Amino acid sequence: MRKVVIAGAGMTKFTGKQPRTAVELFGAAAAEAINECGIKPRQVQALFMGNFMGDFEEGQAHLQAFTADYMGMAGIPANRYENACASASAAIRDAFIWVASGQYDIVLAGGSECATKMGTPLATRTFAMASDSRYEYAAGLTFPGVFAMLTHLYAKRYNIPLETLKGQLYQVSINSHYYGARNPRAQFQKELTLEDARKSPMVASPLQLADCCPFTDGAAALVIASEEAAAKMTKKPVLIAGVGQASAGNLLSQKEFLPRIRSRELAAGQSYKMSGLGPRDIGVVELHDCFSIAALIALEGLGFFPYGTSGRAVEKGETKIGGKVAVNPSGGLKAKGHPVGATGAAQAFEIVRQLRGECGERQVEGVKAGMTDTLGGDGGTLCNMILRRGW
Amino acid sequence: MEAKLTFKEYNENLRQGRLSGLKCGGCGEVSAQPRLVCAKCGGSDLEAMELKGDGTVQTFTVNYVAAEGRESEVPYIVVIVELDEGPWVMGNITGLRPEEATMDIMGRKVRMEGSAVFAGDRYSSGEVARPLFRLVA
Repeated sequence: MRKVVIAGAGMTKFTGKQPRTAVELFGAAAAEAINECGIKPRQVQALFMGNFMGDFEEGQAHLQAFTADYMGMAGIPANRYENACASASAAIRDAFIWVASGQYDIVLAGGSECATKMGTPLATRTFAMASDSRYEYAAGLTFPGVFAMLTHLYAKRYNIPLETLKGQLYQVSINSHYYGARNPRAQFQKELTLEDARKSPMVASPLQLADCCPFTDGAAALVIASEEAAAKMTKKPVLIAGVGQASAGNLLSQKEFLPRIRSRELAAGQSYKMSGLGPRDIGVVELHDCFSIAALIALEGLGFFPYGTSGRAVEKGETKIGGKVAVNPSGGLKAKGHPVGATGAAQAFEIVRQLRGECGERQVEGVKAGMTDTLGGDGGTLCNMILRRGW
Repeated sequence: MEAKLTFKEYNENLRQGRLSGLKCGGCGEVSAQPRLVCAKCGGSDLEAMELKGDGTVQTFTVNYVAAEGRESEVPYIVVIVELDEGPWVMGNITGLRPEEATMDIMGRKVRMEGSAVFAGDRYSSGEVARPLFRLVA
C-alpha cells in the first residue's frame, strides 16, 4: 500500500441555525481544503461525503452527486456515507484505502450536516433512528437515553458513587467549553461554570443538558492524496498512519462488554497496529464526547487510562493540554458542536491543524502524533484514525 | 441457513404478552431478538423458543425530552433487563413513578407483565411492541 496523506483541510464555523444548504456548507469547507493545496476542483478524482439526515433536514438525499456538480467536479464518482455520527470518518477511511490502493491520487472526503434545520423534537426522533427501531425505540429510547443508561451502568460497574461520577462528568463539559471558548470555529465560544452545569435541566437521568452536545450545522473536508501527489501541494503533509473501523449490533447485543464499547476496542486496535504507535505516542486526541460519559468511556477504550479511572484523570487535569494526553482541544462535540455527518472530518481537521502547529492559544506544543475517535449510533459504528507529521 | 423467527412473529407474540427468542443448538446461547446466525458462535442451528420474562434490571434512565410524536409519554422509565435465560431486552417499568427510579433498582428482580405498543409514526413501518416489567423483589 502507498503512503497516504492529508494535504489540505477545511472546515466551516460550526453554528446553530443558519441559512446555507448542506451542499453549500460542504462547498465552503472543501474550498478551504482545496485552496490550501493550490489545486483545482477538477483535479479531484472522487468525492466521499458523510451525511446523516439530509433527507429529513432539507428533503435531500443523494446530495453527494449535487455537491460534486456544485463544485465543478461533475462526472467523478461521488458516494454518500451514512454511518450515523461516524459518517465522515467512514468516508475518510475509504478515501484512505482507495488512495493507498493506487486507484486514485486525490480524493475529497468529509461531511456536511444541517441538523438544526429539524428543530429539537424532529432531531430527537431522527437521531433515535440510529438506534434499533425494532428493539430499542419502541421503549422510548432516545440518544441521551443511550448514554444515560451507560452512565448508570458505568457507576455500578466501577463502583463509583453517582454523585462523584456526576462531578467528573461536569468537569468533562467544563474542559470542552474552556477550549471551545478558544476556538473561533466553535459553536459555543463560551466557558461553562460548575454552577451552570449543575443547574442545567435534566434530559435523560442522570444526564443534564450540560452533559449533552448540541444540534449543529457545519461541514468539514479533507484533501486525501498519495504522498507523491501531495508533494506539490503542501510542505506539511499529515500522514494517515493508521485507520480502524468496526461494527456492533444494538445496545442489547453488546451486553457482554458494556459500558465498554467493543467496536471501539476493535477499531483502535487496528489503528494502533497499522501505525505501529500506541496510546503513549499520542499527544492529542479528538474523541467522541457526544455526551460527557462518552468521553470517559472513550478514554478507557482507546487505552489512555485504566477502566473506571478516567473520571479521576479528568479531575486531575490529565486530559487538558499539558496533561497525559490533550483531549478535545477543539472544544469537542460538546462545545465545538456536532454536525453529525461532518464530525469525523472536523476531528481530523483539528488534529491536522495541531500537527501543523496552527492552533494558537489551544496549541499542544510540539505534538507529533494525534488520533481521532468517532462513534456512530450506540456503538454500531466506530472509526479511529492515527495521524502524524509527514515532514 | 434460514430464519427461524421473524420480526413479525416476534412482534405479534410480544403484543400478546409472550416474549420469543432463539436458542443456539451449537453453543446454547439464547437471543431475545430474531437473528439469522448465533451472535456467540456463528452457528445457524437456531430454534425458536419462548422466554419466561423473569430477569434483573441492568440499567435504566428516566427520559424527560421527547422525540417528535411521543410528547405525551414523558417522563418515562426505560430499562434494560437481563432475562434469566441470558439475553438483554429493553422495555419500560410499571408500578414505579419516574421520581422513584434510582440506581437502587439496578440488580432488582423483575417479571414481565404484558407489553405496550408504540403506535408507530410516519417514519416507522407500523406498530412495535415492547415488554413491560414490574419489580418483584
